[in-house]
Amino acid sequence: MQVFFSMEGKELWARVKGEVDLESADRLRQELEASLDHARPEVLLLDLEGVTFMDSSGLGVILGRYRRLKKQGGKVVLSRPQPQVRRLLELSGLNKIMTIQVEGPESRRGGVD
Amino acid sequence: MAEKIKVANSMALEFLSLPENVGLARVAVAAFAAQVDMTLNELEEIKVAVSEAVSNAIIHGYGGAPRGTVRVAVERTQAGLVIIVEDKGCGIPDVALAMQPAYSTDPERMGLGFAFMQSFMDDLEVTSEVDRGTRVKMFKSFKGENGE
Repeated sequence: MQVFFSMEGKELWARVKGEVDLESADRLRQELEASLDHARPEVLLLDLEGVTFMDSSGLGVILGRYRRLKKQGGKVVLSRPQPQVRRLLELSGLNKIMTIQVEGPESRRGGVD
Repeated sequence: MAEKIKVANSMALEFLSLPENVGLARVAVAAFAAQVDMTLNELEEIKVAVSEAVSNAIIHGYGGAPRGTVRVAVERTQAGLVIIVEDKGCGIPDVALAMQPAYSTDPERMGLGFAFMQSFMDDLEVTSEVDRGTRVKMFKSFKGENGE
């Protein structure tokens, strides 16, 4: 699992790649927390296009960040989950409390990567 | 005389209760499952279910420490796959309670492990004894000759 960060205005974009399970969830949590502490964004955009596997350990990391951002008046946006991940988001109900974008963040802004 | 269920193939894997072995277990079981015609979607479902069962064994059975072994055994019959995940950890005092969705003792976890196993497999049996361990038996049926 790898995660790449960029700051776009008041949004922190985190592109996650690889498998998010018990082994990588702690690392993902730590990296997201460190970047959130540093950047203090209003929105955390998690780009999940490159996530090839996720289980409930990964969903826990997403829920934890959602709770943190919500407490601070911010929000979490999930972008481009693969069908397998999307299904877990729906089964868990996370799709009801977070925005899921089918298109990538760049197309939303009309910008280039 | 009762007809014996014929096992067409079987495999077993035993490993130390370390998080890096979760991926090993699900990939091994998926590779075994892929020996017969299964859809990619079914293989994904099996991977999630195995991942959840093995994660539970490591986190809850052994308290997240490499203290014991987790055993994953798979049998293929004509009807489908039987997957058994066993640990010799602390056990679950109340299995019915632990299997309720969103039951989790950790705020960073969703408590959906058993719910996913139930959703993605055709049958789920959990037996547990305190201080003796937990056994999760899952069944994934083959969907007929046409795979439909």
